Parts: sequence; structure tokens; C-alpha cells
Amino acid sequence: MKPVVHYSAIEGRSIAYWGLLGTFGLFLLLGLGAVWVMEHNGHYVTGMNNQVIWGLPHVFAVFMIIAASGILNVASIASVFGKKMYKPLSRLSALMAVAFLAGGLMVLMLDLGRPDRLVIAATYLNPKSVFAWNILLYPGFFGAVAVYIWFMMERRMNKYSHQIGLFAFVWRLLLTTGTGSIFGFVVARNGYDASILAPMFIIMSFGFGLAIYILSLMATCRWTGRELGDSVLRQLKNLLGVFIAAMFYFIFVFHLTSLYGTENHGFENFILADGGMFTQLFWIGWVLIGLVLPIAIVYHPSMSKSRTWIGIASAMVIIGGLASMYVIIIGGQVYPMPLFPGFEVSSSFGDGTIASYSPSIWELGLGIGGIALALAMTTFAIKVLPFIPNSLSDELMDPHYKPAEDVVEADAAETNAA
Amino acid sequence: MSEQKIDQYRRDFFTKATTAAATGAIAPGVMLMSVGQAQARPLDEPVSNKNRWGLLVDSNKCSDGCNACVTACETENGWGSGSTDEQKSDPDQKAQWIRTVTLKNKLTGSEHQLPMMCQHCEEPPCTDVCPTGASFKRADGIVLVDKHICIGCRYCMMACPYKARSFIHEELNDQSPDVPRGKGTVESCTLCVHKIDRGDGTTACAEACKKDGHQAIMFGDLNDPNSEISITMKKHATTQIRADLNLNTGVRYRGI
Amino acid sequence: MADSVGPELKINRANGDKCVLPADEMRKDHMKHLKHQRDETMHDGIRTKQFSLKECINCHANKDEADKYIPVNAPGEFCQSCHAYTSVKLDCFECHATKPRDTAFHPIVTDKMKAFADVHDAPETKSMLDTIAKKDGAK
Repeated sequence: MKPVVHYSAIEGRSIAYWGLLGTFGLFLLLGLGAVWVMEHNGHYVTGMNNQVIWGLPHVFAVFMIIAASGILNVASIASVFGKKMYKPLSRLSALMAVAFLAGGLMVLMLDLGRPDRLVIAATYLNPKSVFAWNILLYPGFFGAVAVYIWFMMERRMNKYSHQIGLFAFVWRLLLTTGTGSIFGFVVARNGYDASILAPMFIIMSFGFGLAIYILSLMATCRWTGRELGDSVLRQLKNLLGVFIAAMFYFIFVFHLTSLYGTENHGFENFILADGGMFTQLFWIGWVLIGLVLPIAIVYHPSMSKSRTWIGIASAMVIIGGLASMYVIIIGGQVYPMPLFPGFEVSSSFGDGTIASYSPSIWELGLGIGGIALALAMTTFAIKVLPFIPNSLSDELMDPHYKPAEDVVEADAAETNAA
Repeated sequence: MSEQKIDQYRRDFFTKATTAAATGAIAPGVMLMSVGQAQARPLDEPVSNKNRWGLLVDSNKCSDGCNACVTACETENGWGSGSTDEQKSDPDQKAQWIRTVTLKNKLTGSEHQLPMMCQHCEEPPCTDVCPTGASFKRADGIVLVDKHICIGCRYCMMACPYKARSFIHEELNDQSPDVPRGKGTVESCTLCVHKIDRGDGTTACAEACKKDGHQAIMFGDLNDPNSEISITMKKHATTQIRADLNLNTGVRYRGI
Repeated sequence: MADSVGPELKINRANGDKCVLPADEMRKDHMKHLKHQRDETMHDGIRTKQFSLKECINCHANKDEADKYIPVNAPGEFCQSCHAYTSVKLDCFECHATKPRDTAFHPIVTDKMKAFADVHDAPETKSMLDTIAKKDGAK
């Protein structure tokens, strides 16, 4: 008989723990300070303008929101698809999903022109607005995942965790579809008007979420001295490789479809060839760092066995993810809208020209503040509740485990998650 | 007793003004602009879909380099040169309710210009996407922002195919009493709704264009078959900008 | 009377002695009426004067020694003094003008109004009312 997985809260009394929590808290405070500056003065202190309406905060917010639903995937694989190995990984997955959604929403809400009127978003709801659908989807996600965590932790409720896990999985698909549709339903802009954005966002959420999860898991196990089996990590990194390949496929189809229609040639030319920084971000940030290099690493015969390289590949997926959001969100706005086909247009309001956008330190501060909130929530929660298994050794986790056959890679164990 | 007398003045004035406007019997020598069928509504009567206010822009008549409609809008609605506000905002960040766009034909190189503003769509994408319903269309076809419930999410600006909307990037203090506008909310051309409600029967831009002798902008009721705008649109071919989106705009163009 | 409570209000009696409703009703319910009116005006184009914020300001804005209007949300002025006393945030003036415009009407309409005023012997704008009030006061 296999030994049972036990969970416990981390001790969290070391200087390193408080230092980590304090660092996240500090960045959160800096983020809130940036919000104060933005809201006190108005958005003129930001790089946003009437052409680039959604700036860096939305890059962070959308990234975090779709990543949040992706992080939950690890739990879904256990509860929905019945993979036993993922079960001990579920609690942390659900926790981080909630934390990242909270962080993303914080950024989104605090970038509003009138965040003081947030309650109006709940009291006046326009049923036709994709945004309003999302406003209903967010609390639903929090609720479903909170119940899910409770069912996983409460022994009497364990037997229902499959059902609630399934519900949360369906809900997260809806949530990401909703997020993707915020852009996909915008018919006015060449860069957005595509229904493929919704499924593409779902695939991207798989990749970003898993990358964040792998890094966090490696860091947690290392810093708390809990064992993380090679086989566990190998499965996770293989899955990451599949997700990256899927992302690649969607980006390929998205641009191929777009390229086929002559009306989109201008926009495609801008993103793929002519757009300066946006073209660089697309090819170097998104494609090379976000897709090609990490997939090469996770399938490389020797690199893929090194924890350091798996960590680096995960970090690359995250960087590529932020780059992809920047290209999609900002790139879609700076390119002029097609008002008068057949004419070259000019005006005092930026018609016919590529808009300029240079993000301000306040916007960056707000975005990082959101990430800090998510990480601080996670760091704090694992101290008060038993989210982390005492051990994730191969012996416990892997149903096909055979002791001492593989060479132990002691050298690669030095992973640095940050 | 002077207070009472003045009170009496005020009351008389408003009663008479209202009745006068309602019956169309304006004082001698003064005519209502008869561009649109400007029957002033009683103050307490809600707007209805009997009217659909709109504009017809004849870009052939729009004179190159002329900016009179823009300036008139600024003065009337208190933005741009019509206000001392928005000093801290970049040019990119300042509000623009109406702008002149120069079009250069890619094939022939010929150039002409036309004014662009909110197109007051019958099916406005901005109202579809607005999470709170702050973007809305009045029964008489005017698309407005209810700034009381606008949270400043700017999704309407993303969705508007005409780039007609502006976000206010700083605190304002120099608003016109008729045109409230403020930090953190979105705004756009109101079709001079306060003038329409007052029974002026025209907009600042149409008025200014007429005054300058171009008559490129015609205001009127698209639902009234006998209005000048309806008659002109029956006689001449007109176009909608981005007609492919099928939004049935209230602002139509000739000569694009 | 509730008049003994709260701050001393600067009320310009030259514009008449009565508000659109009895004072204690206004004190309690002004926001209820304003909110009701705001939705009617915004969405239905109903522009009756009784609870119009613009009319409130026309009446309640005071002038300084230089005969210039003081914003109603300036410290010590009508709106602000009470709101400061009760610590209630004033949100109206994030967007709404805080003082009347001397030319609250568009030039063209002013012509119309002038002609109307000539015929009906009625003052045209609030500033004219003020002038008359001053003249009468002098008598």
C-alpha cells in the first residue's frame, strides 16, 4: 500500500518568510501609492490617451486574469480528468487561482476613471455588455473555487470535490472565454475582431497558468524543505510543452486567417514586419522567448532534466505571455481604425497614424502591485491553512514509481525560482 | 418688496418663454431656425421616438482648412478652446468631440475634408459594451453618456468604430452649466442635446457652418418625411461611414 | 427649529426668499429630488426647472466684492458649508458647473431672449435680475 499524502501549513516563522511577505507587501504598497497618484491627478499622469485607451494596467490585469483560470488547471486535471498524481497539487492550484484573479481584478478596478463608483458596476448592469458578463463571472469563480478548496480540505466533503471541481472547470472556461471576448467582440478594430481570440485566450491561460504554478511550486518546496519528485516535475514540464505547442498553433492560425483577408494586410504588416517595437515584441518577446526557447528547453534531452532549466523555461513563458498581452492589447489600439477605405486620412485626432504610447511608472507600479497582491495572498494563506503536501516525492506521487533506477541529479537540484 | 417682484419676473419669464417656445410664437423679428422641424417640447414631456435627430454632412461643401464647426462646438460645449481646463493633458489626451478629417484618395490624390463626430448610431456599439448602461441612446436617437453612472472603464472607446469618444484625464473646473463633464468619465458629441431640448432646432456646428456660408452641415429630424434633411436625403445619394457594420448612423455624408 | 443646528448658511436673499420647497424639506430631501430629476433629464430630456441643479446654482451662487461668482462648492459657500459640517462628499461638481455663466444662454438664443424681454418687459438672465435687485435695493 502506498503511503497517504499529508498536508500541513508551513511554519512561516523564519526571517526569510517574513522578508518575502514584507517584500510583496512593499510592492503592493508601492502599487497602491501609484494608484493614489493616478486617481488624485487623473489619468494625465499615465501614458494612456484617447488613442491608446487601455494601457499597461490592462496588460497586467488581463494576463493575471487569464493566468488565474489557467492555474486552476492543475486541480482540474486531478478532479475532472482523474489523474491521481495531480491531486496533491490541487490545493495550491486552487489557492493561487483565487489569488491571481484577485490581483488581476485589483489592477483592473483601480485603473478605472472612477474606481470610487465600483459599486455601480454591480447595481447597474447592462445585460448586453461582455464586461458585465465578466463582472458576474468573477465572483462566481471566487465562490466556486472557495467551495472547491473547502471540499478538498474538509474530509467529510472530499467525496464531492469531483463535482465542484467539474463546476469550477466549466466556470473557468466561461471566464476565459469572457475575457477573450472582451476583445474578440470589438468589431471596430482589425487587431481584435476575431472569435478565435476566446479559445486562444483559453490555451494561453493553460500555458501561463502552468508556468506560474511550476515556478511557485518549485520555490515553495525548495524554501520549505519539502521534497518535490523529479517525476512530478517531469510530468508538469511535459504538459507545459504541450500547452506551448498549442499556443503556437493558435497564434499561427490567428495570423494566417488574418493575413488571408486583404483588409487586414495593413495590421498584419504592422505587427509582423513593420511595427518597430511591436514587431520586436511579437517575434522576440512572444514567439522566441515565449514559445520557441521554452519548448526547446522542455523537450531538450539534457536541459529538460535540469530543474534550473525547467524554471527558466517557465519564466520565459511568463515573459512571453506579458509580451503577447502587450502586442494584442496595445498593438491592437495603436494601429489606426479603418474609417475610410481607399483614402489616406489625417486629422488632429490621430486618424490614419500609428498612435504613440509610453507607459508611465505609475502604470507599471499598479501592474506589479497586482502581482504582489497575488503572491502575498498565496504566501500568507499557506502559512495559515494546510495547502502544501508534506512531501511530493516520487514515491508518494508516481503510481509507476520504482525506487533507485534513474540517476539522481543532485547537481540540478539547485533551482532558483526567482 | 423687490424680491417678490423679481420672483414674479422670473416666474413670468419662464412661463411665457415656455409657452412661447411651445407654440412657436417667438417674438417679432426673431425666427426659429427652421432647419429641422424644431417644435419645442414642453419641459415636462419626455422625448419620444417620433423624432430621430441627425445630421447630413455634405463634404463637397466643406471648405478646406475651415474649422468653424469645431470651434463652435468648443465654445458651445466648453471643451478645447472653449474652456480653460485640460491644461495638464497631452494633446493626445485632450477631449475632441468633433474633428475635421482630411481624406486623400489613394488612386487620384485628390483631397477633401469633412467633420467627424459621434455618428449617433441606431445600434451603437458603445451602448452594447457599456457595463453599467451609462452609454445609452435616447428615444430620439441621441447617443449620450450618463456620467452619473459612468465608471470610466473606457470599453465604449474601444468599441466605437468612429473614435468619437474622449476620456477626461484630469480635474475640470470650467464647465458650461449646460454641459457637465468631468474627470474619469467618457464623453462625446451630444448633438447639442441641450439646444435641441431648448427648441433651438439646430446644433452649434450646423449653425456655425451656415453662418460661414458653407451650409455643409444640416441638422434635422430623420423621422419627419417633410424635414429638409429627409427631403435632401431622398433626392441625393448619401453614405454612412463604415456602413458595413450596419449601425444605421444618424449622421450621414454626401460626397465621400 | 432645526435652524439653530448646523453652520450659518450664506443665502443670497436678493434672489427671493423662498426655495422650491420649504427649507427643512430641502435640507432633508434635496438629494432625493435632484437624483430623481437627474435621471429624468438625462434619459428622457425632461427639463423642468423646480429641481434642476442648474437652477439651484443660479440662485445659490454668491458673488464676491468684485461682482464675480464664487463657486458653490468653495469653503463657506452654500453647498460646501453644510457638506463640510456633515462630512458628506459633494460629487455633483466633479462634472457640473459650480457657478452660473453670465451668458448661460447661447448668443443666438440670447438675441431671441432679448427680443422676448423687450416685448414682455422681463429680465433675461440672472445677472440682469441681480442688477435690478441692486437698483431696487438702492431705492
